[in-house]
Amino acid sequence: MSLTLEPNPQQIKDEKLYRTMGLTDEEFDKAAEIIGRLPNYTETGLFSVMWSEHCSYKNSKPVLSRFPTKGDHVLQGPGEGAGIVDIGDNQAVVFKIESHNHPSAIEPYQGAATGVGGIIRDVFSMGARPVAILNSLRFGELETSRVKYLFEEVVAGIAGYGNCIGIPTVGGEIGFDPSYDGNPLVNAMCVGLIDHQDIQKGQATGVGNTVMYVGAKTGRDGIHGATFASEELSESSEEKRPAVQVGDPFMEKLLLEACLELIHNDALVGIQDMGAAGLTSSSAEMASKSGSGMEMNLDLIPQRETGMTPYEMMLSESQERMLIVVKKGREKEIEDLFSKYGLEAASVGVVTDDKMLRLLHKGEVAAEVPVDALAEDAPVYYKPSAEPDYYREFQAMEQETPKVSNYKETLVNLLKQPTVASKEWVYDQYDYQVRTNTVVAPGSDAAVIRLRGTNKALAMTTDCNARYIYLDPKTGGKIAVAEAARNIVASGARPLAITDGLNYGSPENPGVFWQLEQSADGISEACLALQSPVIGGNVSLYNETNGTAIYPTPIIGMVGLIEDVAHITTQATKAAGDLIYVIGDAANEFGGSELQKMMNGGKISGKSPAIDLSVEKARQDALLAAIQSGLVQSAHDISEGGFAVALVEKLFGTGLGANVSLEGEATAALFAETQSRFVVTVKAENKAAFESAIQDAKQIGEVSVEPVVSITINGEEVVQAPVNELEDAWKGAIPCLLNSEA
Amino acid sequence: MKFAVIVFPGSNCDVDMFHAVKDELGEQVDLVWHDADNLDQYDGILLPGGFSYGDYLRSGAIAHMSNVMAAVKKAAEAGKPVLGVCNGFQILLESGLLPGAMLRNKNLKFICRSVELAVENNETMFTSLYEKGEKISVPVAHGEGNYYCDDATLAKLKENNQIVFSYASDVNGSLSDIAGITNEKGNVLGMMPHPERAVDDLLGSADGLKLFQSIVKHWRDSHVVNA
Repeated sequence: MSLTLEPNPQQIKDEKLYRTMGLTDEEFDKAAEIIGRLPNYTETGLFSVMWSEHCSYKNSKPVLSRFPTKGDHVLQGPGEGAGIVDIGDNQAVVFKIESHNHPSAIEPYQGAATGVGGIIRDVFSMGARPVAILNSLRFGELETSRVKYLFEEVVAGIAGYGNCIGIPTVGGEIGFDPSYDGNPLVNAMCVGLIDHQDIQKGQATGVGNTVMYVGAKTGRDGIHGATFASEELSESSEEKRPAVQVGDPFMEKLLLEACLELIHNDALVGIQDMGAAGLTSSSAEMASKSGSGMEMNLDLIPQRETGMTPYEMMLSESQERMLIVVKKGREKEIEDLFSKYGLEAASVGVVTDDKMLRLLHKGEVAAEVPVDALAEDAPVYYKPSAEPDYYREFQAMEQETPKVSNYKETLVNLLKQPTVASKEWVYDQYDYQVRTNTVVAPGSDAAVIRLRGTNKALAMTTDCNARYIYLDPKTGGKIAVAEAARNIVASGARPLAITDGLNYGSPENPGVFWQLEQSADGISEACLALQSPVIGGNVSLYNETNGTAIYPTPIIGMVGLIEDVAHITTQATKAAGDLIYVIGDAANEFGGSELQKMMNGGKISGKSPAIDLSVEKARQDALLAAIQSGLVQSAHDISEGGFAVALVEKLFGTGLGANVSLEGEATAALFAETQSRFVVTVKAENKAAFESAIQDAKQIGEVSVEPVVSITINGEEVVQAPVNELEDAWKGAIPCLLNSEA
Repeated sequence: MKFAVIVFPGSNCDVDMFHAVKDELGEQVDLVWHDADNLDQYDGILLPGGFSYGDYLRSGAIAHMSNVMAAVKKAAEAGKPVLGVCNGFQILLESGLLPGAMLRNKNLKFICRSVELAVENNETMFTSLYEKGEKISVPVAHGEGNYYCDDATLAKLKENNQIVFSYASDVNGSLSDIAGITNEKGNVLGMMPHPERAVDDLLGSADGLKLFQSIVKHWRDSHVVNA
């Protein structure tokens, strides 16, 4: 019926209907040239989603190729569902980050929930047991009812999905800045564990083998989601609400358990998640990677609705589905396995040797396209790049010290900035303990998960200070990786690798493309220096609302290995009488700092803080060695808000206080965001050993029994406050902003 | 002693319960799928937390109709210890093995944190190793843990000492700060806090271990009378 309503190939060409699907004139012509005729409506749809930026990385590929991706311990780099790193004892850790920005901008609960669901599938489609979820979120200032709504619903969506499926949400980060007002960022990261022999690949080998569809039925939700993700947001984006999928975490829990049972069945040949571009990408990519073809009978696809067309089925992004290839003749075993979990496993096609994706529907060939054309032959664009004017202006500016008159009041106000303030309101809603492996819960530098049955643990974090990257993309890119590594090291772990969630504005804008290139170079340099390769990631471009781009925000998700659970270190101070040390001196650096933003009405300018990667590496190595030698009681990196914020954060929740004295210019000593610095506490008896282990550590004071913080600079006390007064300000800030009138 | 951890579709604390019994308590334990119809070989039944059937209807409303629940009822009637935690508690309420119902948390949000509980009754097979009034730290993680019952039921719960655990301060709006209750006979305990998450100091608390040890002690005491 509805087939007759679809425009014919000539109409698609003449009326340029492919443009509404996101294809350019050149791309349409190229598709027609590849198949030697004008593509029909379904085929045009296949090309448009597979050649979208979201699926093909056609704009970002030239930049992504710069990342260092190799390492002795890397078992799987970019290209599969998720990257894999060896952690010894025949175990490996699997992880990846993915964005769900555009869906979350118009339907925040489902957008965020399905972002979590999608990244979990990426991990278990590799054969791994997901053990932790993290996220990285950005919103506009918590001032309008729209932003508050987005924030509350995104958090609820992440909680709703993660809590139900039973994977702990153990950490993450949240930033607020006007640049994300209309375009929030929702990046979810999943970490899984696997034994080496269980590693799966998305492959469709063995001519005649059976293609099976497992999981939820296909509906009309999420059609063209990948295309929608590859354009700017605008007033009319609300109309794209049907492109947002709806999540069912219960279905995914069943699918997860069934798939993890399936990987131990030798009938399984290959498995791939139906994520972006659903059936199209999973079928074309599995065949393309294996040098084979695939024929599917769409009449056999389990459907939630009646009368679905091939176009709708192939472009649907209904959630909780997997495509698997199994050995011919073994289908019944697979059906039985899935039926134990109440799931359907339908045989829908066969592996062929003609390298074509052939789709049958109601006895006719609905589409016939070379798999490589869809999966590999997307055009690659080398976008023009140009250094923007703002960068030149900022670089020409002198470092300026904000004028602070009342240091205590300034500290209290910094603690109330939502980017700095306690995120307890958020993580209270996440089940961060399920699976009972969470040793360090949200709220410290990195989350730590023990590896049951071993003496080891994993530390994990997400990080990105986008303000620095906006001011200076290359330096900021280095800092993002370095700060993630600092969090990992401060928790007692050695960095293993990173996954990157690259969120930028439109690549059509040469200034934005320059930000992407520069920051990728910075990230690459830091990855090399800190020996932490990129094993996978995600690119989200077109993060613009009505022509205004977000700050360039390449989120770094990092995982580190803790050799012995005895090395696990948190940021919280442990006992009165412990000595307080700072590693690294403050300089007059305020560009992009929390203080500058707070005092300049949300605006930032100037140079970002500088970073020397060799200093960074040396300090991280020294600190990790000291932690591993048992010399460190607590460690915390100095980040947003500077030293004073880091110090008091170490006291919150401990019932302890601190007396410290510093030298130098007070504003810089307290609030500068100079890089490569830590605050640590050490038992008095370990003073000599610690000082010889870390040459540039300076003892600045002691942990006190009285819960008061006192900071003296050049002999004058500049901050004196009860810790609970500071903690109340820090904890109350986000609930207070949410409850105030918009 | 041999335990069964009942696994419903959507249970997600089943593995935690399994490890608590096997690794920390050192007793035998099996994961038992929801379609089982005989639990006679088990000495104790554990209903774990999670989101059975997605909890898309009322929490526990579908799980309580599972095949295995007839066997759970039989075990309860036989006086065997039956412990339901979180979703397990909700299922026990739905199945009528315990009185009352759960409302959404007072703040309408999921709450995950460690909370302080008071042991109100230490004369049960689940709490004999605690002191009466002892304060213990056990995590909660639920969206619907706001316990409610009518006045007559509450009076009866109090009169029979069926309130076993209460929150030291309000967490979710529960009537009388109720965190855990038993049936009249005292062999079925439902509680929202997760004792299986508090069995290892590395994860922050081992205060829940005594609950499991109490169950084992009761079982041993009642099985070695003639030894």
